[in-house]
Amino acid sequence: MATATEQWVLVEMVQALYEAPAYHLILEGILILWIIRLLFSKTYKLQERSDLTVKEKEELIEEWQPEPLVPPVPKDHPALNYNIVSGPPSHKIVVNGKECINFASFNFLGLLDNPRVKAAALASLKKYGVGTCGPRGFYGTFDVHLDLEDRLAKFMKTEEAIIYSYGFATIASAIPAYSKRGDIVFVDRAACFAIQKGLQASRSDIKLFKHNDMADLERLLKEQEIEDQKNPRKARVTRRFIVVEGLYMNTGTICPLPELVKLKYKYKARIFLEESLSFGVLGEHGRGVTEHYGINIDDIDLISANMENALASIGGFCCGRSFVIDHQRLSGQGYCFSASLPPLLAAAAIEALNIMEENPGIFAVLKEKCRQIHKALQGISGLKVVGESFSPAFHLQLEESTRSREQDVRLLQEIVDQCMNKNIALTQARYLEKEEKCLPPPSIRVVVTVEQTEEELERAASTIKEVAQVVLL
Amino acid sequence: MANPGGGTVCNGKLHNHKKQSNGSQRRNCTKNGIVKEAQQNGKPHFYDKLIVESFEEAPLHVVVFTYMAYGIGTLFGYLRDFLRNWGIEKCNAAVERKEQKDFVPLYQDFENFYTRNLYMRIRDNWNRPICSAPGPLFDVMERVSDDYNWTFRFTGRIIKDVINMGSYNFLGLADKYDESMKTIKDVLEVYGTGVASTRHEMGTLDKHKELEDLVAKFLNVEAAMVFGMGFATNSMNIPALVGKGCLILSDELNHTSLVLGARLSGATIRVFKHNNTQSLEKLLRDAVIYGQPRTRRAWKKILILVEGTYSMEGSIVHLPQILALKKKYKAYLYIDEAHSIGAVGPTGRGVTEFFGLDPHEVDVLMGTFTKSFGASGGYIAGRKDLVDYLRVHSHSAVYATSMSPPIAEQIIRSLKFIMGLDGTTQGLQRVQQLAKNTRYFRQRLQEMGFIIYGNENASVVPLLLYMPGKVAAFARHMLQEKKIGVVVVGFPATPLAEARARFCVSASHTREMLDTVLEALDETGDLLRLKYSRHKKSARPELYDETSFELED
Repeated sequence: MATATEQWVLVEMVQALYEAPAYHLILEGILILWIIRLLFSKTYKLQERSDLTVKEKEELIEEWQPEPLVPPVPKDHPALNYNIVSGPPSHKIVVNGKECINFASFNFLGLLDNPRVKAAALASLKKYGVGTCGPRGFYGTFDVHLDLEDRLAKFMKTEEAIIYSYGFATIASAIPAYSKRGDIVFVDRAACFAIQKGLQASRSDIKLFKHNDMADLERLLKEQEIEDQKNPRKARVTRRFIVVEGLYMNTGTICPLPELVKLKYKYKARIFLEESLSFGVLGEHGRGVTEHYGINIDDIDLISANMENALASIGGFCCGRSFVIDHQRLSGQGYCFSASLPPLLAAAAIEALNIMEENPGIFAVLKEKCRQIHKALQGISGLKVVGESFSPAFHLQLEESTRSREQDVRLLQEIVDQCMNKNIALTQARYLEKEEKCLPPPSIRVVVTVEQTEEELERAASTIKEVAQVVLL
Repeated sequence: MANPGGGTVCNGKLHNHKKQSNGSQRRNCTKNGIVKEAQQNGKPHFYDKLIVESFEEAPLHVVVFTYMAYGIGTLFGYLRDFLRNWGIEKCNAAVERKEQKDFVPLYQDFENFYTRNLYMRIRDNWNRPICSAPGPLFDVMERVSDDYNWTFRFTGRIIKDVINMGSYNFLGLADKYDESMKTIKDVLEVYGTGVASTRHEMGTLDKHKELEDLVAKFLNVEAAMVFGMGFATNSMNIPALVGKGCLILSDELNHTSLVLGARLSGATIRVFKHNNTQSLEKLLRDAVIYGQPRTRRAWKKILILVEGTYSMEGSIVHLPQILALKKKYKAYLYIDEAHSIGAVGPTGRGVTEFFGLDPHEVDVLMGTFTKSFGASGGYIAGRKDLVDYLRVHSHSAVYATSMSPPIAEQIIRSLKFIMGLDGTTQGLQRVQQLAKNTRYFRQRLQEMGFIIYGNENASVVPLLLYMPGKVAAFARHMLQEKKIGVVVVGFPATPLAEARARFCVSASHTREMLDTVLEALDETGDLLRLKYSRHKKSARPELYDETSFELED
């Protein structure tokens, strides 16, 4: 029935078409054509009307004035006039033509001037020349590098070690090798610049906790745990890292490693430990913070340190389990894409390790000296000592800031300069003020080495005291 | 790398502009790939050198077989991963310790798929340890693997006097000790190896000053500053020059250190096609005209990052054109001369000298001491205000230990040698010898029918192998049968289908050595069927193909 009706309608329509007047059909035809045209025509573009003409573009190009590549630096900028050291920067140092006792270079064990180290470097120079002319992958791996990696791993009692040709690049390359976009890194606010750059390169989520404040860290970890429960699928692939320093470069304080290890297992986050100041300093054999606290080194996922302080060579290394370390051989940018360490520097580092192993007493001596000067420097009016009593690098800060950083820096520089006149070479801790995440207050950094005698330490302390009194009162 | 906001800015404008500029530019293309449009703006640069650069395309069947090889490799990889998962095949990789099994895995499975299943098969061709100076001949320590490259064991034998075609020892200045290195010995004996402080604190030695003055003199610029590591010279100084609100235009084949530096700077990064001035000009035009994405503010400054010689392509930067563009659009130019300083130009002063240009026209001259100078470290040179600014603001100067004195002395020695300050013309002869060796080596390879990339004056000579299997066969055959040490590179350092061998010609290679190598290559080339060239010199055609001229912005 229904089909019959439809057919009938169709027939009627055709009939109506026949009966319609011609003008009607023409009009409808035009309308249909119009619709088709509209359908196929280009869309109407608003922007096209605002398109710039070639002339306007040329004018824009003509008009644009960039900022200068670098803003001018005032000629008397303090950083432009570096201290110039003539001769070796060892115990006795000639700064700007004046012979001083060195309280500024991180030469903790006095190995920079050691004849054995020099002899080893010289022997290497005779055999290998200076440069390696290639990255590790392309014939830049020398037997000396393999030896050094082996020795470092043995010294630290870890499975494997990997060396870099620049201390700064070590932790800065190691962090982004593991931590990627989306991963979470918990990091101490006082972390040094190399760590900050490594974190920036990793593009991970960064959570800063208050310096050495485990409660604050735990709060952040807990927050994250709650976050993870909301999104367990994401949490299953989000790696978590805690990045800390052994002895903090910026504060001279030690990290509370036992608590950190506890938190590590509780919240399942891996620990990366930067030991540039504590390697070759802390612990009975100089193995660093892990030995100092008696912690199993395997509990720390990655330890990095440079060979530029205690070892008095150049470069840095990472050590830990092979499962972790080996990954850097293809993913550590500073390792893969940079020329390898000149063999003579590696040979110097090996000899320095030999000396450390042969004289384990050296670390106790260093500790004692740190304690001595630390004690002697207490109670200076206007200056406070910041840092552990066993840290060979610690800071002298103004007790009361003048409220202007510039003025503080000037006062401290005055103290440094006057000490220099009295043959004690010191330096302020320098920072890029605009680049630091959490800029530490200005300070004078005092570095203790085993070469400084008791009298020299006494003299340094009393000189600083005298000068500070003159400058600050 | 790509700037996500960039696309929206250009919306609606591209068509019009592209037609115009492409139309005019295409007319100006010369046959050898030099675009002259850069010379239109009134200041033509005339340089007598015709850039002869070739990038021959692989025959189609080679490309097909290469992808197939990777496909088969991947399939087997999956199969073996499956077997390892079920414990049928023993897994040799280091595993996570028991106590940390319940942690989030340190590596995702797919992250290491390529390493585990493809790289591992041919891993013996990299990281080959040597036990002598990296001179023209070196000694390679023989190592074998009992478990298909998972671990290596040294046999204790040494493969003596292998011809070294792998080290960047362009001028032959890295060699074992001889009398000319006495000054280094003296410096080592006086200073020791370390410095134990930074430039800003107590680590600026008189040696550093001496070196910096000499570098500036060598490069014929106002001032220079040196840094302890070449890689860090880029990654720690670019952030001091540009920052937020600035634009970096970076060549797509720039070295990792430049890419890292650009990333750390916080500036917006856009990438132009390798050595392609059209692509660069388009980016520059758009940047100046349309400003920053979203905010539409004008860019604070634009920095172009290029390299002098590209280490994987052997191409030399098209400096005159880029300089013209830089001037027209008021951008700044940063050249990384890691592979060109000492190796390119009549007296080894790098690409500016090669093109006969004033070095001051380039805003930032960067280079490393690792290659031609046989040392380590890097420099940045240019106008005094630039260097002064870096002395204050360089990350490296404030936070990194300064350069080791004996290394500095090696650079001083090398510089004096090249400049003729040692009273001989030997340095100059070396530079000329290098140029001669390079042209000879490249020409012979071309005649043999290999596909080699790059500029005829570049001492880095990439020879295309394409297939991953051939990469391993080539490197093994050359070392074990011919006693020649070669460098092979594959993905990810090169595009997937363009694995290659890379030779570094040195001035210290004698004609006999080069002939030995060439003969061996001829034979190996026949054996492995590596002579892909169809003897048709062609510029990279896709550069001028309108349809492919889309930027992945």
